[in-house]
Amino acid sequence: MKFNINNRFKAVLGCLLAVGLLFSTPSFADQQDSLAQDSTVSAVAADEGAAGEADSAATAPVVDSAAASSPASSTTAATNPAQEQVQQIDPQVYKNLTYYILLFLIVCTIVAVVGKVLSIYELTRKMNGKYNPFANNTLQSVLFVVFLVAFFGFVYYGYAVWGDWAWRAAVTEHGKRIDSMFIITTVVITVVLILVHLLLLTFPYIYRMRANTKAYYYPHNDTIEKIWTIVPAIVLTVLVLFGFFTWRSITNVPEDLQKSALQVEVLGEQFQWQVRYPGADGVIGKRDYRLTTPTNSYGIDFNDKNAWDDIQASDIVLPVNKSVRFHIISKDIIHSFYIPDFRVQINAVPGMTNYFQFTPTVTTEEMRERMNDPKYDYVMLCNKICGSGHYNMQKKVVVVTEAEYKEWLSTQNKYFTEDLQKEFTALDSKESDELTTASLN
Amino acid sequence: MSSTVISHGAAHHDAHDHHHETFLTKYIFSQDHKMIAKQFLITGIVMAVFAMLLSILFRIQLAWPEEDFPILEVFLGKWAEGGRIKPDFFLSLVTIHGTMMVFFVLTAGLSGTFSNLLIPYQLGARDMASPLMNMLSYWFFFAACVIMVASFFVESGPAAAGWTIYPPLSAVPTAIAGSGLGMTLWLVSMTLFIASQVLGGVNYISTVLNMRTKGMDLWKMPLTIWAFFLTAIVGLLSFPVLVSAVVLLFFDRTVGTSFYLSDLVVQGQILPNEGGSPILFQHLFWFLGHPEVYIVVMPALGLTSEVISTNSRKPIFGYHAMVYSLVGITVLSFIVWGHHMFVTGMNPFLGGVFMITTLIIAVPSAVKAFNYIATLWRGNIRFTPAMMFAIGMVSFFVSGGLTGLYLGNAALDINLHDTYFVVAHFHLVMGSASIFGMLCGVYHWYPKMFGRMMDTKLGYLHFWLTFVGAYLVFFPMHFMGIDGVPRRYYTFTAFPFMDKWISVNMLITWAAIIAGLAQVAFLWNFFSSIWRGKRAPQNPWNANTLEWTTPVEHIHGNWPGEIPTVYRWPYDYSKPGHDTDFIPQHIPFSETMSSNLPHDFEGNEEAIRIQNEWNKQNNREVIEG
Repeated sequence: MKFNINNRFKAVLGCLLAVGLLFSTPSFADQQDSLAQDSTVSAVAADEGAAGEADSAATAPVVDSAAASSPASSTTAATNPAQEQVQQIDPQVYKNLTYYILLFLIVCTIVAVVGKVLSIYELTRKMNGKYNPFANNTLQSVLFVVFLVAFFGFVYYGYAVWGDWAWRAAVTEHGKRIDSMFIITTVVITVVLILVHLLLLTFPYIYRMRANTKAYYYPHNDTIEKIWTIVPAIVLTVLVLFGFFTWRSITNVPEDLQKSALQVEVLGEQFQWQVRYPGADGVIGKRDYRLTTPTNSYGIDFNDKNAWDDIQASDIVLPVNKSVRFHIISKDIIHSFYIPDFRVQINAVPGMTNYFQFTPTVTTEEMRERMNDPKYDYVMLCNKICGSGHYNMQKKVVVVTEAEYKEWLSTQNKYFTEDLQKEFTALDSKESDELTTASLN
Repeated sequence: MSSTVISHGAAHHDAHDHHHETFLTKYIFSQDHKMIAKQFLITGIVMAVFAMLLSILFRIQLAWPEEDFPILEVFLGKWAEGGRIKPDFFLSLVTIHGTMMVFFVLTAGLSGTFSNLLIPYQLGARDMASPLMNMLSYWFFFAACVIMVASFFVESGPAAAGWTIYPPLSAVPTAIAGSGLGMTLWLVSMTLFIASQVLGGVNYISTVLNMRTKGMDLWKMPLTIWAFFLTAIVGLLSFPVLVSAVVLLFFDRTVGTSFYLSDLVVQGQILPNEGGSPILFQHLFWFLGHPEVYIVVMPALGLTSEVISTNSRKPIFGYHAMVYSLVGITVLSFIVWGHHMFVTGMNPFLGGVFMITTLIIAVPSAVKAFNYIATLWRGNIRFTPAMMFAIGMVSFFVSGGLTGLYLGNAALDINLHDTYFVVAHFHLVMGSASIFGMLCGVYHWYPKMFGRMMDTKLGYLHFWLTFVGAYLVFFPMHFMGIDGVPRRYYTFTAFPFMDKWISVNMLITWAAIIAGLAQVAFLWNFFSSIWRGKRAPQNPWNANTLEWTTPVEHIHGNWPGEIPTVYRWPYDYSKPGHDTDFIPQHIPFSETMSSNLPHDFEGNEEAIRIQNEWNKQNNREVIEG
């Protein structure tokens, strides 16, 4: 009994100390803040000693230490230049850290005090014979119900606010099919999420342990188990079939449609994208990575005449309502060609070409009106970890009318620049020279 | 078969009863499964804290990308010059956080701890089949941890290619600084880790198959053991494939082979490699990587099954269905790996096939979730901290598993692949769910491990802060993913459409910090209770399984005399007609005549005859033989 009173006494003392610290520390830190701003950089190093003292005292009047440190600082700064050199980081940093650690310790103390108070309360209840062994059990079960309500509120908030931020209808033909499937899936899983949590978190309350109750011995029921095996299986089958055919229709484009589409090649490299349009002939020229030079950083093989009219584009510009077939390649490591608004993604893998064919249906102008944001742009971004610049590897995507597209295309430069042409002819003649000498030999 | 092994074990035990244990053999190079379990657990906890701190670091960067935190420079030096984490180091943080959490915490820390602790205890074995291999398993794991942490002290920094270490990024040191010595250490560490897993796995499987006590047939094993057993099989079949992937990558990096490399011009340098394919690595990696998800989550499911049943005072609903669904998950887990590669350029038709297998795996998972709820129904639920974590685990498993329906669907995955949606999905379904399964196990079996009880109030505090914190952290991420925000982005400031998410990032980071601090409650509780906790009774939870028949003080060989014989399944809770609400597995039916059911005798006519005689004497209904 005596021991308990002692504990309570300690707890009260601790509580007082904690409250005292809580009130004194923020003001203390504020003082230090203003002090750090006032004093010059050279003075700051010396301040630390004073701050350390103040730290240990914690509740000591702060104004004194601040006043004391200012004259002291000028002398120590002069006598101790070496220390200053080591001390490049503002000591305020350490003070802030100490402040937060103290704050956390106070929280811990409070938690400990509350814990002690609770156990003392329990002990006294036990002594008075009023202790209910199930009180805590009931409390926890009620907390589950409280959590359930909060959880539903949170889910609703998420759907309503963040969902609204996140959701933009797709602006491609296949994207619309993906969207409708997305919505169906969302409905299904939201219903399941809510039902399951309703049961999972109310059962603890309804069937919490009470005195003199016994659980219902119910080891299995084959019928119920069959039902909840078959029902998910059916729902999943529907989703799978729906998804499978959508996926096939997106990825399995008939060959004639592949050929009639506009061809565009995109090359990913650390940390930018290059875009190549085929030019007047509609055929993208060959590329050989071994031909990469500072002037021909794309590695285009100009022996292939199809490459001569290939166009270098600064942005990805696409005509609306026209099927585009993207050839995605990589120069160095794996990147990912990702346009969220279009529901388009495929990796750029070195050593192989990946394709994605789609039809944009909404021009950038229309999208800006729809979004009510005059600056809105579609964007293509890298979605596969590729190094330090990964977070900013983007290309603007512009969807325009057919006429605007043609006009834009005519203003773009060719890859086969005059410099490259000269280099190429020089190389060519040298090669033919070599060939003739070789044949002579 | 099993009886001969046991008699041999008993003789062996007697002969060595008096041998002396030094500090070194007892605590360091211990071959005792109980001590090894504790070693795994404490190492796992240390790694978890380390990996959690890494996550807090990158969460700070994501929430306040424009602000300086000079204190970071104090700790991280050149990696956070001026108090801002560098992009390269950010990627290292993400990479090592993922690697440590998945492999060291949720694989070794979870199944290493509880397989070691519970397989001999719950099966009635004196120790593992091979204690020496068991010890090696721990020390390989420990070496792997040390090497992984050591990579933070390398000039060029730790591995930074993501925990999936896709080449060429991980193969070409000029592509990213972390792919220098840091990646070599990662590969060495992982090879050691896999050796540890294989040693452990062989041991678990052979113990389960050979060393069960008398009467413990497979259908009398607790679900925990089923889960560990199947997990060990999955690990044993899939981890070696990762070794091959790692070794080939090692060759590409050092010897100049081209298994994964072809057509590369890195930083203007034309590389000589030709003919390899980065996709090959992805296949090899995910052939382990996907089963790995189930290696992580199945033990958690096993532990929660046991805890939910014990604390609902009710048999687990559909024991056979639970086992078959585990078996189904085990088998299916090997044929779904391609769903990680829908948009990598793998043949799209193959993608369609993987999509079908992937969505099928949702069926056994759904069965498990429904069975948990049915177990709660009409129970008599006691909320120990372990039970709280078990319920939390089911909640995470459901809400994280459901979003798998999007990601497993190849068409929807186009837009969600590698976005925050994926981060949210797997952190809920395998991260949070498994951590909660692990914590549930720690709270439940702590008395068995240390002979003392943990403080329950701190346990509740820990649960609520973590449970709410985890939802606050991961739930908003779904919406970022739907908006198209990619994962592993150093900052969201480079794109106008991501601006709106910075406020949400701050919410997430604060939630993460608070949930992180809440773990101090656990750590304090865990470590202080080792010495100062209340002394545990022999069977604190009134549970049925065999580990609670051992003495509280750990002894070599687990049981002082004969190993108890098992007569019944482990879930006879609240059986009608019995005076207490639990009947441990080693109580024979002859002692519980008043509660026996026809089903219990499995067609044993002699037993039914005896029961019927008793029933007639006591005016009870006669069983139809």
